[in-house]
Amino acid sequence: MAPEFEIVIGLEVHVELATASKIFCSCPTRFGGAPNAQVCPVCLGLPGTLPVLNHQVLMLAVRAGLAINCTIAERTKFDRKNYFYPDLPKAYQISQFDLPLATRGQVIIDTPAGEKKIGITRLHLEEDAGKLVHLSQDGQIGTAGSSLVDYNRTGVPLIEIVSEPDLRSPEEAYAYLVALKEILRYSQVSDCNMEEGSLRCDANISIRRLGQEALGTRAEVKNMNSFKHVREALAYEARRQIKLVGGGGAVIQETRLWDAEHGTTHPMRSKEEADDYRYFPEPDLPLVRITADVVAEVTKELPELPRERRRRFTRTYGLSDYDAGVLTQSWELADYFESAVESAEGAAPKIISNWITVELLGKLNADYFEITQSPVSALQVGRLAAQIENGTISGKMGKDVFTEMYNSGKAPEIIIKEKGLAQISDPEALGRLVETVLEQHPGPVQEYQKGKTQAIGFLVGQVMKSSKGQANPQLVNQLLKERLG
Amino acid sequence: MPEIDEVIVKKIARLANLSLDDQEIARFSGQLEKILDYFHKLNQLDASGVPETAHALPLENVWRQEEVRPGLARDEALAGAPDVHKNSFRVPRIIE
Repeated sequence: MAPEFEIVIGLEVHVELATASKIFCSCPTRFGGAPNAQVCPVCLGLPGTLPVLNHQVLMLAVRAGLAINCTIAERTKFDRKNYFYPDLPKAYQISQFDLPLATRGQVIIDTPAGEKKIGITRLHLEEDAGKLVHLSQDGQIGTAGSSLVDYNRTGVPLIEIVSEPDLRSPEEAYAYLVALKEILRYSQVSDCNMEEGSLRCDANISIRRLGQEALGTRAEVKNMNSFKHVREALAYEARRQIKLVGGGGAVIQETRLWDAEHGTTHPMRSKEEADDYRYFPEPDLPLVRITADVVAEVTKELPELPRERRRRFTRTYGLSDYDAGVLTQSWELADYFESAVESAEGAAPKIISNWITVELLGKLNADYFEITQSPVSALQVGRLAAQIENGTISGKMGKDVFTEMYNSGKAPEIIIKEKGLAQISDPEALGRLVETVLEQHPGPVQEYQKGKTQAIGFLVGQVMKSSKGQANPQLVNQLLKERLG
Repeated sequence: MPEIDEVIVKKIARLANLSLDDQEIARFSGQLEKILDYFHKLNQLDASGVPETAHALPLENVWRQEEVRPGLARDEALAGAPDVHKNSFRVPRIIE
């Protein structure tokens, strides 16, 4: 980037709330159903129908607002946003205009220069639109030049979270999205699954000369299907604008679409003409009042959020920032770790962390499994660590036992028993083996007694061999030394 | 000096997805001008002591509990579609 320019980015993130039914009717929100099988007169916008707000939608939106440190409005209302597009059967979207549900929040991100607070302008509720499939003209009889509409998604509850233009690079935008997604997943307001469209992001980006206070003309970038695409699209768009302005040109305010295949953005050309949404209050939905009691109640139910949990993991469990970061990627994984620690009977949390981050996640990643699909339970990981801690098996054997646990789903104790892997840690039994070895190998015994102490290694090896590898090596060492004087 | 001119009527018509001929544009200009006059009259009222409202009805917090109920059978849902293809509503292609 030319050093005399600064990049200014603000993001609009749409998140589907994790409710079972739609925002204004009782149709299911389930993803992936057959087209137009989850619709009713309300979400199809048929005349004479009335929307009724889903209470759970309101509660989840309040929770999301609190999780990103917003002030919850005492009084909030819905408005109609009017435009014609086939994915919008009523020709208006019920959204919120001047009295959004939540305002003035913040999300903290990590940057190379340390923590940075990104302001949240507002969070508001709205209904999702339908899904369009554009048919190509290549020979499909009767389908040339048409679009198909599936209204299953129409009326699925969304929150739109608008950030302040506080982001200064595509990397910061990426970090913000990661942090926001983590917070929303932890709060369990959404699964934030980008593949299924439950999290979508549009970006506003402009550039200005360093030291200039006024914002430059912005372009809105859409059609980015992953966080990586957002980062790439913003990097491209920043380069384009800097080149344009650097060469004496001017940025036009427009909507541009990201083309992932070519790695470029281009102006959107569609018949959507929505330069004037003519917002007005939705007469079919009365005002919503959110009392301080409700806010207090939802605040109390708010789970520990990712940054706090990360901090607690380093403090309470003595984990490195890196390990704490890996274990708190999702609340499911963080819960898994803490359950494992609880069942580990005193094995060090650092050891449990290693079993999970190195062994378990290694195998899960290779199999494309999430932690929730793990064939090994948290309890079993804890039990395995306990077996090593109490000396039943060695750490080395532990890895074999773990592989078997992963493949068979069996408990560690069962595998140890079935395979006869338990270490012999009984001093009497080991004592007998030691005596036999000493009798059989007088040479090394004499060498040791003459001061050639490394001869003990041979003797330990013999005891291990006679025990078929099951003797506890530390104990063998100790017993040999006692007897050799 | 009328506030509603041909340009404004054409813009409103476009936003409302209506195609109007010249006669209609002239007729609606006059009608819209009259409607606007009513609001100018309302604006003359002193409303400084009246609290702002966003809704005509004195209702608050009307909602339903989260519950899934089946909607329409697909045939019923598609019954009003101008054209149907692959269980979907078919419309003229909208992306150029």
